[in-house]
Amino acid sequence: MAGFRLSSGGSRIDRSRPFTFTFDGSPVEAFAGDTIASALMASGRSIVARSFKYHRPRGIFSAGAEEPNALVTVGSGGEREPNVNAATRLAAPGLEVSGQNAWPSVDRDIGAVNQVFAPFFGAGFYYKTFIGPLRRSWMWYEPAIRRAAGMGSASLDPDPARYEKANVFADLLVVGAGPAGLAAALAAGRAGARVILAEAEPGPGGAIDLEEATIDGAPAAEWAAMASLELSEMANVRLMPRTHVWGYYDGGVLAALEDCGGEGETRCRHWRIEARQVILATGACERPIVFSGNDRPGVMLASAGLAYVRRYGTAPGGSIVLFCNNDEAWRQAALLAEAGVKIAAIVDPRTEVPGTLAGPIAAKGIDIILSHVVAAAKGARRVEAAVIAPVGEAARAAEAARIDRPAGEAEGESVPPASPGGVFEIAADTILVSGGHTPIINLASQAGGPPVWREEIAAFVPGEPRQDWIAAGAMTGAPTLEIAVNQGAEAGTLAANALGFNAVAKELAVQIQIQGLRTSIQDGGLLPLFEVEPVGEKPDKAFVDLQHDVTADDVRLAGREGFVEAEHLKRYTTLGMANDQGRTSAINGLAILAGERQMPIPAVGTTRFRPPLAPVPLGAIVGRERGHHMRPIRRSPLHHAHLEAGAEMMHAGLWLRPRVYAHKGEGLFAAYTREARHVRAKVGIADVSTLGKIEVAGPDAGTFLDRVYTNTFSTLPVGKARYGLMLREDGFVFDDGTAWRLAEDRYLVTTTTAKAAEVMMHMEFLLAAVWPELKTTLASVSDQYAGIAVAGPRSRALLARLVDGTPMDREAFPFMGVRQASIAGVPALIARLSFSGENAYEVYVGADCGPFLWSELLRQGADLEVAPYGLEAMGTLRIEKGHVAGPELNGRVSAHDLGLGKLLSKKKPFVGKPLALRPALSEEGRMELVGLLATDAAFRSGAHLVAGTEEAPGASEGHVTSVTYSPELRNHIGLAMLKGGRKRHGQTLFAADPIRGAHCRVEIVSPHFVDPQGERLDA
Amino acid sequence: MLIPCPVCGMRDAGEYHYRGDATAERPPLAEEAAEPWVRYVYERQNPRGEHLEFWQHVHGCRQFLVVRRNTETHEVFEARLVGPFGQGE
Ligand SMILES: [Zn+2]
Repeated sequence: MAGFRLSSGGSRIDRSRPFTFTFDGSPVEAFAGDTIASALMASGRSIVARSFKYHRPRGIFSAGAEEPNALVTVGSGGEREPNVNAATRLAAPGLEVSGQNAWPSVDRDIGAVNQVFAPFFGAGFYYKTFIGPLRRSWMWYEPAIRRAAGMGSASLDPDPARYEKANVFADLLVVGAGPAGLAAALAAGRAGARVILAEAEPGPGGAIDLEEATIDGAPAAEWAAMASLELSEMANVRLMPRTHVWGYYDGGVLAALEDCGGEGETRCRHWRIEARQVILATGACERPIVFSGNDRPGVMLASAGLAYVRRYGTAPGGSIVLFCNNDEAWRQAALLAEAGVKIAAIVDPRTEVPGTLAGPIAAKGIDIILSHVVAAAKGARRVEAAVIAPVGEAARAAEAARIDRPAGEAEGESVPPASPGGVFEIAADTILVSGGHTPIINLASQAGGPPVWREEIAAFVPGEPRQDWIAAGAMTGAPTLEIAVNQGAEAGTLAANALGFNAVAKELAVQIQIQGLRTSIQDGGLLPLFEVEPVGEKPDKAFVDLQHDVTADDVRLAGREGFVEAEHLKRYTTLGMANDQGRTSAINGLAILAGERQMPIPAVGTTRFRPPLAPVPLGAIVGRERGHHMRPIRRSPLHHAHLEAGAEMMHAGLWLRPRVYAHKGEGLFAAYTREARHVRAKVGIADVSTLGKIEVAGPDAGTFLDRVYTNTFSTLPVGKARYGLMLREDGFVFDDGTAWRLAEDRYLVTTTTAKAAEVMMHMEFLLAAVWPELKTTLASVSDQYAGIAVAGPRSRALLARLVDGTPMDREAFPFMGVRQASIAGVPALIARLSFSGENAYEVYVGADCGPFLWSELLRQGADLEVAPYGLEAMGTLRIEKGHVAGPELNGRVSAHDLGLGKLLSKKKPFVGKPLALRPALSEEGRMELVGLLATDAAFRSGAHLVAGTEEAPGASEGHVTSVTYSPELRNHIGLAMLKGGRKRHGQTLFAADPIRGAHCRVEIVSPHFVDPQGERLDA
Repeated sequence: MLIPCPVCGMRDAGEYHYRGDATAERPPLAEEAAEPWVRYVYERQNPRGEHLEFWQHVHGCRQFLVVRRNTETHEVFEARLVGPFGQGE
């Protein structure tokens, strides 16, 4: 394969550091600094990809983020990265690169038979084919279609790369370090503002290295390097290279992706940038002109051709035809020729160009063909010839000549060989094309009004800002370096002054080597031309969106079918929806649609741009929050004591809690039933540190609790606790717990584990916003205390051994009593409460003392056979007693439903009372709490209660909320919510569980299975 | 979105917990009729544009703020403490 590497030049490559990497298994030579694309181009490889739908061969089209063709897969295994832009990703020694959407390789691709079926793949093909009678067949065809039409495939292995997320703040964010961005950052940075300058490329300057100019006396590229150096030395300026700003969100928040460049452990970093002012200097992107066969390898943007020459010392091809409609491309042609690239001809539809531009071109011996266009690219695996056709007057003259003279009769050297209609061919392996420049207005559109059409550049520029941003440089349509750089300086000054700094505007002197660029519509710097009409019979396809294989005919078809709005066109044809976000295709698509509808382009309008502006790996959004880092894990102060005791730990909400303390060889069932039995027979200890604990203090604390709870607490004597029920404003049950009166003006409130944070916020809101007059303060002390429940007939005997100075006997420390005591020498709060139904205590000590108390209870209670019990046994004990918990308190139950209606005080107002008293919340037939007894087999929670057998189950009348095996009853029991349940004790129903395949007969009973009279409580 | 907490300074919205409309008229505690409570609990407006809202600085000082905010652009104009500390100015 003949290569295109030039003998010298290439500002970004280091020819002293050659290496090889592989493309589809073949070695490719490269120099340090080469991108994958520049190395492939230098090696002479034409086909680097196959197209999305038709599997047509595709080559490198651009030299930047706008690349629609050269997407490749990099790496293998878990590190395989699909859809990598070869034009921006640096090559590296040994890198494994492979082509996509082709089998076995992009060179010989079997899928290319899709081209034969091409007529069926027009706009809306998938919609039309798989909607209607064939809709069901989509499921059958989809896998095959997805394989045939698509991008690279992601690895199914876990991604071993590390991703990070970070925040950064600035007075001013400058997006883009091209000439305008650098000038802006300098102006604001010198004034003292905290500036961030983010640039997607590794280095500064943007496209300044494609200029031949001086700024303030220095060559343009040198000026950019000096500006960057000065900025890097300012303490108040942060340069963020390889950082692509991809989203502009409300409140001055921008999202950016930093490519960490393969250095260090982190692959890329997601940045959340908050800036008070933003300068957008994101530049412009050259756009092509649509013509037949314009996707052939060898067709490339003109500026990209110059970029490969100047940056990588690589010519885009061996012989070139340059097709353009604007002055800027002529300037680039002169620079290309100067660098030794062979240009056969320059083709321009305009009738004249200034001598200052044409002179240097003619001097290089390049054919100047005005009033003509490139109507087609010929060739199979690469361009072989450009088909040139006359336009306007020239076309009419050619037509007249054809009629006047016999075909084939040529005259004069300067006139091309005549053919029908004046069409002729020029042999070339490369067609560079320039249809003008499209400002990259995506970020401005995300945070601004509708884009504004500018006729002189035939493109949209940013609309009205809706946040504090200023646009500068080529993205505003600035036609020359001089205007762009001074716009940047002015924007930087304005932004700094808006931030309260004192920046002084300073004009930069710019000298451009090649003069004569015309910049306004009046003098014709650009002749708008978006598409060339095909010539001859059966012309090849003309592509608008190369990446999604959308043709000019697809756009017209969509227009004829009524998809006449830009937003509709985009969705119907998928134009601009690929990962290049339509940078090179959007304007051409709109122009062709406007032509079809015979209306001006701005009347068709543009789509609103949305983030992301460039592809963002999902890993970067996720960051380090993977696996168990998804959310925090809370551990009780007794965590290590549980591990020492051999607990099997389980996740319960955010908490990691002991499920059972299984003996050797003991399964879950045996363990929890043993633990539950042990509590009822002897004594057990359990960790209740996870309960929410709130200290409520102040002269009005009692009044406050009276308003928050449905029952009364102001009358509670000091040294007593009371069960309390809390409602939401809407009258439904919010939470339950106990409140302990520690002193006249001090209570300790406990909440359920799950609702601890919500109850705290609820109370804080009421005190702050509703009753600020109450002299009450709240303090969350959940984390300050370790809590241990000591339960069972021997609990008093156990505690009596450890407690010093507080009488523990039945009368002196009655049920619901609260004592501040010393236990094993540790200050403690002890309340005689029971969740299990046995005589029991809750002991709270400082969190740090929890493990000591736990081990002392086990040590001193050894002869009483004290044993720890876990979450499962705790559940068994509370279900046996009919105590409600999370599964029953689901936010949809009223106090009436739970049989707790008597707790709604009639004597005082409380939160939720007026709405709780709505008749519907206590009417007949509501779902009420009941107990269930299994009469044949075990049933499971979540099952529905129905009257009929499995064959004819009937409608659901309720559902099972909690289930356990009761060692006390030697049967499976449960709690359920059942329609009119309290009046149905004794009935038989079925627990229907069709998904898990069970239908069990159950008897409806009272939820108080064990000791319904509560005699054990006060044993 | 940033919210200026009068206690802690300018903080990210992620530190705060939204607590609803600050203009909804809450009936007095002694109000026993259901209707005004139904209006307060269920009949909430969702205006576009400027709005007063309760936000609690849960991961900061835990104070409740009344935040004046544009619900369309998310622009935050001001935030003041509710309750006794907010009356001072
Ligand atoms: Zn705060």
